[in-house]
Amino acid sequence: MSDVNRGNRPLSPHLTIYRPQMTSISSIFVRITGNALLAATLLLIAWLLAASTSAVAFAWVQCVITSWFGDLVFLLSLWALWYHMLGGLRHLIWDTGRGLELKTAERMGWMMIIGSLLLTALTVIWL
Amino acid sequence: MVQLTLPKNSRITRGKVWPKPEGATNLRVFKIYRWNPDDGKTPQVDTYFVDMDTCGPMVLDALIKIKSEIDPTLTFRRSCREGICGSCAMNVDGVNTLACIYGMDEIKGDVKIYPLPHMPVVKDLIPDLTHFYAQHASIMPWLETKTNRPAKEWLQSIEDRKKLDGLYECVMCACCSTSCPSYWWNGDRYLGPAALLHAYRWIIDSRDEATGERLDNLEDPFKLYRCHTIMNCTKTCPKGLNPAKSIASIKEMMVERRV
Repeated sequence: MSDVNRGNRPLSPHLTIYRPQMTSISSIFVRITGNALLAATLLLIAWLLAASTSAVAFAWVQCVITSWFGDLVFLLSLWALWYHMLGGLRHLIWDTGRGLELKTAERMGWMMIIGSLLLTALTVIWL
Repeated sequence: MVQLTLPKNSRITRGKVWPKPEGATNLRVFKIYRWNPDDGKTPQVDTYFVDMDTCGPMVLDALIKIKSEIDPTLTFRRSCREGICGSCAMNVDGVNTLACIYGMDEIKGDVKIYPLPHMPVVKDLIPDLTHFYAQHASIMPWLETKTNRPAKEWLQSIEDRKKLDGLYECVMCACCSTSCPSYWWNGDRYLGPAALLHAYRWIIDSRDEATGERLDNLEDPFKLYRCHTIMNCTKTCPKGLNPAKSIASIKEMMVERRV
């Protein structure tokens, strides 16, 4: 124990060597979608701000938002919103002490992925 | 803190390719992490060829064969060879496990072996577990009592004893803690799944009389609450235990005692 940190000990590799797991991937995407939605919200705010500023500003932002790029951003945001919501539901279930068996947790992970894609498709069709 | 890349002294370069054993027809490729504190080089991955016709079925069998027949400098911990001591914990084929109970038939392609992730390396496959053990010690892994010692032993009902199943089997191999991304980024302050499973093991022990103090000790934004229920711990546990569930149970008790 006395030779802790002796020499220039390297840190063993982690992210690059650990095989992606259903558990960690479904979890990190909850965080990624959450952060991405913040960016999407800023876009919406820019839209509203432009609407309250001037006709020229609104026309410019409107142009960006209704372009193919804007469509893509909002389509991805829509998926992110569904995924993040389903992820939140999984956390709510976990918080009641249920669904913490590995099999159930992984199954819920798959349901989040498939469910979010289905709900996105349904929303697009319905809108 | 999250640091996605390895520090400069930890970057891995390609290492030595060791000669193939003569006359062998059933060869398997092993790629093994090497670092020697005495040669001044950065870590490398060496390639070995093992004759599977004369090798036992487990990953540890191959490691011992390499050490005794090809390269005696290959360094790793091992003892019981039956999954009860926890010494040979390492990252095999991308997941943490005990080399002695992980069959090579479960691995497709080359066998890649690294030390437990995101730990300081002492040599080759040996991580420095000092901090991990200190965290275990910090949860007071012993029976705390206040009432007078009974004439014989501390008694426990069959139901209360059952609550310890799935907890007492932990061998402290560190596979779970070193599989946890949260432990990678905040392992200095987050206790990690292994220590928290042990904390829970004493919290729900009916004979223990320090439950309040134990919970007080964990009431901390980092020690307990850096668990985000990722569940890599449960996924990787070579003993089939569920640390994530134990941690969730502690969180539940935290809420219950407040309301």
